[in-house]
Amino acid sequence: MMLLIALALGLVAVTGTMVALTQQPARQAVTLSVFGLTLAILFMTVQAPDVALSQLAIGTAVVPLMIMLTIQKVGGSR
Amino acid sequence: MNRRARLVLFAVVAPVFAVLFFLAVRGLPSFGSEFHPYADRAVAVATGQRATANVVSSVNFDQRAVDTLGEEFILFGSVVGTIVLLRPAPEERDAGLRPAGGVLPTTRLAGYLLLPVSVLVGLYVIAHGQLSPGGGFQGGVVLATGWHLLYVAGRYTALRRAAPPTVLEIAESIGAAAYTAIGLAGLVMGGAFLTNFLPTGSFNDLLSGGTVPLLNGAVGVAVAAAIVLLLSGFLEQAVVLRRTEEPLAGSSIGTEEPLAGSSIGTEEPLAGSSTTVDDAEQR
Repeated sequence: MMLLIALALGLVAVTGTMVALTQQPARQAVTLSVFGLTLAILFMTVQAPDVALSQLAIGTAVVPLMIMLTIQKVGGSR
Repeated sequence: MNRRARLVLFAVVAPVFAVLFFLAVRGLPSFGSEFHPYADRAVAVATGQRATANVVSSVNFDQRAVDTLGEEFILFGSVVGTIVLLRPAPEERDAGLRPAGGVLPTTRLAGYLLLPVSVLVGLYVIAHGQLSPGGGFQGGVVLATGWHLLYVAGRYTALRRAAPPTVLEIAESIGAAAYTAIGLAGLVMGGAFLTNFLPTGSFNDLLSGGTVPLLNGAVGVAVAAAIVLLLSGFLEQAVVLRRTEEPLAGSSIGTEEPLAGSSIGTEEPLAGSSTTVDDAEQR
């Protein structure tokens, strides 16, 4: 169990760094979604399925979608 | 703040934060230990007297239901604020649906197949909040995101027609009001706001937990409507509304002076915008 938690925590660290290092906002929305997925896995391993479910829906779907739509709006207005 | 100043600030703040964080973490009970005074009491109440199999729901909607009321209204307030911010500016108008760059048939098929599945999962998660992981918030979000598979399948107009903003606003308000009403009913019947006044039923039954399933339903309606409303605000801005060169006749606000922010959008390009325009066109 400890090993699984450590593995999930490592994944979160890797994908979080990936988000920070992604330069273009549109691609950042995609890496953010992957980061959200690894966070959901981490919450599962520490036995918080309720939080994992919220994280899965909000962090991997709603927030990246909002970012994508905002980028389209800001980029498309000119 | 330039790059150098930011690095200096980071170099100063990071060690301070590291030391304080380390000290704070050392004060916590050790990870995975047996000492959980709050959990012991909460689990005993949830599984015993209140007959709520999902202890997290029992804490959220029964033992600490007032906290959830606060969270519900945080969501309510932030969605209202976002909708106000996303309303069409005077120089924006409905320019018709932006031509969608063609949806792949496989994407369309996946959208249509997954729409009923995700709606069912959302309803299931809301209805079983007292038994299994999930509840009104999670189920509501699943319901709302599943609903947007219609947009993924290229049916923006259908999405818009099936759930007009007015209906969603009313649904969100009814959900939030129902939570408060159940709380007031607890005040009348049980002597305290949001007290669990209904018979709790037998453990692990669909109708158990007293007011927990009712509150979950109220939150489910409010959250699903709130998320759909929120995304519809963003979708309308991104897909339908476009900035016109001149303000429309009769909009007195727009003719006097441009809004703050509108000049930024038209004159100087934002950093990284050249790539995002390409992305937007590709889609």
